[in-house]
Amino acid sequence: MTDGTPLCPECDADVEIPTDAMENELLSCAECGTELEIMNLNPIELELAPEVEEDWGE
Amino acid sequence: MRVALLVTHFRAEEKLILAAFNKRDISPDIILDRELNFDISRGSEQLAPSGIAWSAYDLIFERCVSTSRGMYALAVLNSWGIRSFNSYETAAICADKVRTSIALTQNGIPQPHTRVAFTPDSAMQAIEDVKYPAVLKPVTGSWGRLLARVHNRDSAEAILEHRQTLGDYNHHIYYVQEYVDKPGRDIRAFVVGDRTIAAIYRASNHWITNTARGGQATNCPVTEQLDEICVKAAQAVGGGILAIDLLEDARGNFVVNEINHTMEFRNSSKPTGVDIAQETIDYVIGQVEVVA
Repeated sequence: MTDGTPLCPECDADVEIPTDAMENELLSCAECGTELEIMNLNPIELELAPEVEEDWGE
Repeated sequence: MRVALLVTHFRAEEKLILAAFNKRDISPDIILDRELNFDISRGSEQLAPSGIAWSAYDLIFERCVSTSRGMYALAVLNSWGIRSFNSYETAAICADKVRTSIALTQNGIPQPHTRVAFTPDSAMQAIEDVKYPAVLKPVTGSWGRLLARVHNRDSAEAILEHRQTLGDYNHHIYYVQEYVDKPGRDIRAFVVGDRTIAAIYRASNHWITNTARGGQATNCPVTEQLDEICVKAAQAVGGGILAIDLLEDARGNFVVNEINHTMEFRNSSKPTGVDIAQETIDYVIGQVEVVA
């Protein structure tokens, strides 16, 4: 993390967190495109989002 | 009013739904499906992951991206008499394309010619019965995944062998439909209760038009004819908050293709000008207040 900016756990790039971010929200790393999940907001913790499972959908 | 929002994680839709509840001064408890651990025989007085008894909730609003987790959670909660949107019964029918087709048939709602078979040999016969090109779909699945348009016997044999060899038992239920030669688009309509609140065309050069696969959304006028078939289709699967996917056949008639019970709508409010999240939540609140 640089200056409080969280890093992508996949590629180490800075990840911009939206101001209205929520815990357990999904977002994509702008650098590598990996889907991430915000596990904690204070301090910010990011993890790789779970792999899409076969029954996921609408 | 005490509401729990049951999610796998937060996507754009869940944030919009949460904001819509907040706009009506309701702050739902967020419950993650990964934290659920029901004692089925102990009933609704046991504590939810939020720390309060399930029985304290007037409503569970289910928005799990995991179809099976959401469906079984609703099965448990509804069995305890806890109200949810959608209901378990609606979710269970929509999650299963065979059950959806049965419900549509029982209610006289037009759909593509559909057959179900259980072995590669009988599935081959089913494909030839509906004629080429045919469409093979998994009975559970979404976002246009694992759909196959089958043009001839050679490709049918290959797909059936792959599914039989590589797939689990779910893929050995062969759901076969005629291919509807639609005009480069399909229609997704949003039904809330007994009203079609909005609809979009999903246009694509690809035969799979899901917006998750790049289909472009534009407004589709909700005509009386479209509203009628959509509301009937929604009622056929138990009613609630549903997205009806329709195709237009060569004569311009609507056929119902699929029904989704935890629909995505992030790409649909803008082209339709309808606040789908707010319309949905206002309806849900109204329904709970009527019962109370």
